[in-house]
Amino acid sequence: MQYRAEVTIELKPGMLDPEGTTIRRALEHLGYHTNELRTSKRYIIDLEEESAEMAKQKVDEMCQKLIANPIIHNYTIEMREA
Amino acid sequence: MTIAIIEFGGSNCNLDVLHVLEDVVGADAERVWYKETDLDRFEGAVIPGGFSYGDYLRSGAIASRTPIMNSVKKMADEGKPVMGICNGFQILTESGLLDGALTTNEYPKFRCEWTSLRVETTDSPFTSAFKEGEIIRIPIAHMDGNFYADEPTLSAMEDEKLVAFRYVDSEGHVTDEANPNGSQENIAGILNHKRNVMGLMPHPERASESVLGSDDGVRMFKSMVEYISNR
Repeated sequence: MQYRAEVTIELKPGMLDPEGTTIRRALEHLGYHTNELRTSKRYIIDLEEESAEMAKQKVDEMCQKLIANPIIHNYTIEMREA
Repeated sequence: MTIAIIEFGGSNCNLDVLHVLEDVVGADAERVWYKETDLDRFEGAVIPGGFSYGDYLRSGAIASRTPIMNSVKKMADEGKPVMGICNGFQILTESGLLDGALTTNEYPKFRCEWTSLRVETTDSPFTSAFKEGEIIRIPIAHMDGNFYADEPTLSAMEDEKLVAFRYVDSEGHVTDEANPNGSQENIAGILNHKRNVMGLMPHPERASESVLGSDDGVRMFKSMVEYISNR
């Protein structure tokens, strides 16, 4: 089966997000007030696996081995059939 | 005695390090492309700065997962000295050879300027030619040099004296103004627990000849070469 994983990587809560802070400040200049703005990165990965569970396990491995840095990141994986 | 200069696609301080090691210090050095897997013939390694793999994903992340890094780990396990400069520091933290992580500068801007550093320990193969507490001048050039580690890691580093250099003002005080990137506790360079691996964001190779404005950096390479000769 073909699966599509959408991986979202974000900085752990409490960690400084300089990119988000800068965007928030720019919005403020445009007259938009926000309480918080955090950035995240999203990776879309298509892969072939026997089951959704196996596909998710593979993507989880990818996150642990390369895509995320466990010292600074949290991540979530959403799976669906492609 | 030959020192390996590890090169990835996007390394760009490799020739500067080669020049300093060979022409200024008088050591033997050899550039090694990341596809090599056997580093047994080398007595030490330097991972130079640059933008390996375009700094895609995270600075240093992709380079840290290449097979040559397993050979660098083996060198480190054998007690050989390994120094990572700038992107090299990012590669060493990403590969787990050093604690912590390097994230985007607190004010997210590429900063290229001279910094004052305080030598925090002389007990390492890279800092033995300095005096403890000495203030030296070495330039930085980075966007992702904000050192982060959690509290238990930081206090363990403090206990073991693993911080090699801190950003300070011209009088040697640790201040927020002297911190160019928001690093915790103004950390500019650290050692591993065995003290034979060092990563630092400032570029010692760019301060290794007085014509460049400072030759403080050359003592790191001299320390390393002397350590290797005495091993």
